[in-house]
Amino acid sequence: MFDFSLITTWFDSLLRDTLGLGDFLSILIECVLVGVIILAAYAIIAIVLIFMERKVCAYFQCRLGPMRVGFWGLLQVPADVLKMLIKEIFFVDKADKLLYMIAPFLVLIGSVGAFAFLPWNKGAAVLDFNVGIFLLTAISSIGVVGVFLAGWSSNNKYSLVSAMRGAVQMISYEMSLCLCLISAVVLTGTMQLSGIVEAQGDAFGWLIFKGHIPAIIALVVFLIAGNAEANRGPFDLPEAESELTAGYHTEYSGMGFGYFYLAEYLNLFIIAGVAATVFLGGWMPLHIGVAQVDTVLDYIPGFFWFCGKTFLLVWILLWIKWTYPRLRIDQILKLEWKYLMPLALLNLVLMTVVAALGLHF
Amino acid sequence: MENNQSYFGGIKDAVKSLLTGLGVTWREYFTPKVTEQYPENRKTVLHVASRHRGRLIMPQDAEGNNKCIACTLCEKACPNGTITIKSEMVEVDGKKKRRLVDYQYDLGECMFCQLCVNVCPQDAIKFVNEFENSTFSRDSLVLHLDKEKFEPVLPGLTDGGAEMEIGKFNTGTK
Repeated sequence: MFDFSLITTWFDSLLRDTLGLGDFLSILIECVLVGVIILAAYAIIAIVLIFMERKVCAYFQCRLGPMRVGFWGLLQVPADVLKMLIKEIFFVDKADKLLYMIAPFLVLIGSVGAFAFLPWNKGAAVLDFNVGIFLLTAISSIGVVGVFLAGWSSNNKYSLVSAMRGAVQMISYEMSLCLCLISAVVLTGTMQLSGIVEAQGDAFGWLIFKGHIPAIIALVVFLIAGNAEANRGPFDLPEAESELTAGYHTEYSGMGFGYFYLAEYLNLFIIAGVAATVFLGGWMPLHIGVAQVDTVLDYIPGFFWFCGKTFLLVWILLWIKWTYPRLRIDQILKLEWKYLMPLALLNLVLMTVVAALGLHF
Repeated sequence: MENNQSYFGGIKDAVKSLLTGLGVTWREYFTPKVTEQYPENRKTVLHVASRHRGRLIMPQDAEGNNKCIACTLCEKACPNGTITIKSEMVEVDGKKKRRLVDYQYDLGECMFCQLCVNVCPQDAIKFVNEFENSTFSRDSLVLHLDKEKFEPVLPGLTDGGAEMEIGKFNTGTK
C-alpha cells in the first residue's frame, strides 16, 4: 500500500533539517503549498465534473453532448471557464453590497472546507481531526448561510424565494445526512476519517459489506439527502430555472456566478466522496481475504480507489438527477420529515443493535 | 388520489415507480445516439427523409423534355403566388396547342405546402429533399424549373440520405 506520508515527511524534513528553517517558516510554507494544491484540485475537479455532467446527461437524453470544441468536446468546459473569467462583474444598484459580495465566498468556504477533509490516499488527508465527521458536517453547513445571504442581498424576489427554499431544504436534509453518518460512526467507533477508513481494511471490510442491511439503508438515505443538500437533482428547487430564472444566483455575473456554479459541482463531489469514504472504504482497496489477491489489489494506489469509487457515486447521482422531475417544496419537506428522517432514526437504532450485539461481519 | 394509500403502501409504490424510471434512463444511456453532426456528415452519412420538402423541381427525361402542359393549375393553386408560367399558342398538325415558354418558381416565396404538386394533372413537378438552399441574394432564389436540370448536390440525398448504418459522424440509424 503506497503511503503518501512518505512524501509529506520528506518535504517536512527538507524544510526543517536540510534548509534549516524554523517552525514558523516551515509550517507557513507547508500551509500555503497545501492551500494552493487544494484550490487547484478544487478547480480541476470542477472542470472534470462539469464535462462529465454534460456528457452523461447528453447520453441519458440520447444525445452526444459537446462534440465540436476540441476532440470529443474536451475543450468545451475550459472554453466556458475562460469566458466566465473574462466577463464583467457588476453590482445590483439596490443590493445590500456587503452581503452581496461575501455570499459567494461563504458558499465557497463551506465547500472548500469540506473538500479539504476528503482522504485521498493513505497519509494524504489534509484535515484529519479526531472529530472529523462532526467538523465536516459543521463546515459544510456554512454553505447554507452563503445561499441565504445571496438570495436576501440581491434584492430580487426570485432570489429571495429561492434562498428561502434553499435554506429550508438544506437545513432539513442535514438531519438525515448526519444521522446516516452517525450510524457509520456507531459501527466503526471513531469520528476520525482516517480511522473510519482504517476500520474498513479487513476482508470485505467496507462498511456496506460489514454493516450489511443498516449500512446499505444508511448509504441510500445519505445519497438522497446529500443530493438535496447539494441542491441538485430532483431537489434543485432553489435553482428551478423554469420558475426562478437561476434562483439565488440570478443577480450574479462573472466569477460571482462562477463560484456558486463551482461550489454546486464540488458539493456533489464532496457528497460522493464522503459517501465513498464512510461506506465504501475510501482509499482502502477491496480485500477479499485471499492473501495473493489482496496483495495485487494493494498495488493499485489508494488515490485511484478513492477516485474510482467517488466518480461511480457521482455517476449514480447524475443518473438520478437526469431521471426524475423536480419535486415541489411540500413534497421535498414531506420526503424528509415523514420518510427519510424516521427511516434514518430507525436505522440508527438498528445499527446500534447490530454493533452492540456484534451482528456485523 | 392523495390520501387513499397507506403510509407503507405509498412507499412501496414510490420505490417501484422510481426504479422503473431509473430503468428507462439506464436503457436510454446505452441506446445508439440520434444526433446528426451536420456539416461533417453532409457528404457521408446524412439522413434526410425523402418526403421532406426542400424545393420544387420539374423532372426531365433523357432528351430534356418535361411533362408540363402549361395549364397554370399550379400557378392558380399557389397561395403565395410563387409560380409564374409563361406560355404561347403553337399550331401542331393543324391543332392549336399551348406550349410552355418559362416556368418561374420563386423559392424565397414558397411555403412548401405542396398544393401545386397535388393539383398537377401530369405529375410534372415534385418536391425533393434538397435542403441547402441558402444564397446571398433573393434574386438567385428565383428559379426557372423548365430550363434547369436538377442534380442533387449531396450524394444519394433524394433517396433519403445515407445507408442505414452507423457511420463516423453519427452513431445511430434511422
